[in-house]
Amino acid sequence: MTEARSDGRLLLLSPGDSVFVLRGQIEAGETVLVEGQAVTVAQRLGLGHKIARVEVAAGNKVVKYGAPIGSATKAIAAGDHVHLHNLKSDYTPTYALTGAT
Amino acid sequence: MTALRGWQRADGRKGIRNVVAVAYLVECAHHVAREIAGADREAAHVIGFPGCFPNAYAQKMMERLCTHPNVGAVLLVSLGCESFDRYQLERVVSDSGRPVRTVTIQNDGGTRASIAAGRTWVAEQAAALAAAPAVPMAVSELVVGTVCGGSDGTSGITGNPAAGIAFDRLVAAGAACIFEETGELIGCEGIMAARAVTPELAAELRASVEKAARYYATLGYGSFAAGNADGGLTTIEEKSLGAYMKSGQSPISGLIKPGDIPPKGGLYLMDVVPDGEVRFGFPNISDNAEIVEMMASGAHLTLFVTGRGSVVGSALAPVIKIAANPHMYARLADDMDVNAGAVLDGTATLEGVGQAIFDLVLAVGAGQRTKSEDLGHQEFILTYKSFDPIGPACLPI
Repeated sequence: MTEARSDGRLLLLSPGDSVFVLRGQIEAGETVLVEGQAVTVAQRLGLGHKIARVEVAAGNKVVKYGAPIGSATKAIAAGDHVHLHNLKSDYTPTYALTGAT
Repeated sequence: MTALRGWQRADGRKGIRNVVAVAYLVECAHHVAREIAGADREAAHVIGFPGCFPNAYAQKMMERLCTHPNVGAVLLVSLGCESFDRYQLERVVSDSGRPVRTVTIQNDGGTRASIAAGRTWVAEQAAALAAAPAVPMAVSELVVGTVCGGSDGTSGITGNPAAGIAFDRLVAAGAACIFEETGELIGCEGIMAARAVTPELAAELRASVEKAARYYATLGYGSFAAGNADGGLTTIEEKSLGAYMKSGQSPISGLIKPGDIPPKGGLYLMDVVPDGEVRFGFPNISDNAEIVEMMASGAHLTLFVTGRGSVVGSALAPVIKIAANPHMYARLADDMDVNAGAVLDGTATLEGVGQAIFDLVLAVGAGQRTKSEDLGHQEFILTYKSFDPIGPACLPI
């Protein structure tokens, strides 16, 4: 596989995954290549965050490490940041602080 | 291969450290215990149980910790009126062949006199332990635990898989390795059960995670801290899949509960979620509670993988800190023993970091001090729990 269909800054953990993991920080306005498609990142994303590799319909599972990590709470487009705003656990809700800047 | 350096105990186990444990038996005795141990953090380590109500789990944990292989002598510090059974604990330690003494603050003249008496005794014991001859120790005599704390999106792709590679090496060399936090294996129960050495054990592994999922569902929070989300983790199942990587790829030989000693080498899951209805709150209120439980099961040292950057160590048993996140490593290098984040920079491979962790385990077993030991970190926390004994399927012959 020599054809660069996706950015080197994106890490695919398992062939069937619906998300990539960021290998480093990506700034707002930067463009990343997601499965042959250029996507502009809307906000700064930190190392370890996830970007959708494929479209995921609301209610469908998001897959990482080849296993489901929860369900989409709204439609996710390829290149979208996948996090608390569009993914929820199928087990227990996630607690996060909202005051951080 | 590095020869490990051990101190022989009467029960056949060997310790890689030889310290005096100063154990308070209720929070009311904590200050006196801390003052007795004083600033010499090499010789005397403070452990204890803060509660005044009796609890079989806490009693067992304190018995196991006071007879941990790294402990050579024990000073118990009692207020005098607490419910903890100091008589039984003193008997268990004495029967283990270790020097033991109890200072009872209410009988021994209060704070000042108790501190003075305790310090004198600890100084004598520390001198004796420092002079005690060490013996050679094999890797197969080691018990190694692993935890992850302050996880982020890098933990599951660098530090945890590297720790898993080190675990595979250790298991292959005959050591007993323990991974835990069934609440952070939610979503992994199927793939994990497939690694059990018997179908009956597979059912026990699965049941332990199902119990954890029920327990945390009742509490309303998963084993997931706010910082995990800042670091890119979104759900407990995602955190779990990353945490699971620490277990490596060896077959799973058994399921133990806190305080159960692995009967032989191999890989063991520790079930840390209490049995029965939800009582006493969260299973492990912070990372050190997990380290304490693995020490109670005999862990000589612990591999601690962190993405956000935990700085803790532990009383009694060294902690090897593995940085998963290269940005965090750059900020907290003084606290980290291994930089697994280099895998993301492309300057190291998972295989290479796994080997480095394995080599460091041997070096620490031979006496090399970890960063957290040098910095004087000796965190310790023990709270209330209740467990039923493990069933016969948990430890297949």
